[in-house]
Amino acid sequence: MSVLLTSPGRGASRRTYARPRVSSSAADADLARAGRSQALLDGLRQVGPAHDAAVAELHGLLLRGAHHELGRRRSALAELSRDELEDLATQAADDALVAILAKLDTFRGASRFTTWAYKFVLLEAGVRARRRAWQDREVALDDTSWRRLADPAPGTQQEVEDAALLRATVAAIATALTPHQRRVFTALALNGVPIDVLAQRLGTTRGALYKALHDARRALRRALADAGYDLHDHGHDGGAT
Amino acid sequence: MSSGHDARDRIARLLGPGEPEVTCEQCFELLDQYVDLELAGHDADARLPGMRAHLAGCPACHEDHESLRDLVRRT
Repeated sequence: MSVLLTSPGRGASRRTYARPRVSSSAADADLARAGRSQALLDGLRQVGPAHDAAVAELHGLLLRGAHHELGRRRSALAELSRDELEDLATQAADDALVAILAKLDTFRGASRFTTWAYKFVLLEAGVRARRRAWQDREVALDDTSWRRLADPAPGTQQEVEDAALLRATVAAIATALTPHQRRVFTALALNGVPIDVLAQRLGTTRGALYKALHDARRALRRALADAGYDLHDHGHDGGAT
Repeated sequence: MSSGHDARDRIARLLGPGEPEVTCEQCFELLDQYVDLELAGHDADARLPGMRAHLAGCPACHEDHESLRDLVRRT
């Protein structure tokens, strides 16, 4: 994949960072957590009973992580029974455990081991939760709701400018995007379809879809800049799916 | 369609961060390191350029980041 627009700083992954000054009790707790994390990693790298015990401990941590993720999404999963939620958490923990054991040799210590392990189960649980929440919902791939973006009745000067930019954006969506970019952009950026759900429906990956979204945004920005719009005030800090 | 700040938020959401950013795969690769740096009080954005912009532009990775930071902070 060729989306990388800047180096992610791979050299940084092997650095040791000086820790900022913290209270002694917080530092002690931090040290204890780091010790438990390292002991778990050491156990996983052994064989026999020590390894088995470490695997069981890791699975317990992963189950906790899965429940944490599903708990954050409880409103979207309100129709699921307690048993169904438990199944979802167990599946996520099981699959994360397999992924972690397969990738254990790639862990380089750039983070605490437990932080590294948790990200696998949060991904597994998050993807399952998004797909479950959308399993009975239609994803319209030929949706043309983007045509209705522009506000027809702006009031203040700022609103007039924003409405003009929205109209220009609508025009750019129509002319500057490929059909695939338009479908992906409309589903993800306009209609809020979770990227994992769209990836499943289209038989592709989150990364491939984000690449299409990224390219679409870049094409729109270029078209708007060519039309004389200054986009420097238009950045944002993320959002929920 | 609403106006004012809603319109500007919507435009920003549509157009994304407009800065160099890592891919979803690279974001996942670096996410644990990014979170540990954040929670240790370091400048994670300076250490791992491109992460902040990606987290701003990708809602799914943004959620993964929020969730991991919250979980690690609690444990």
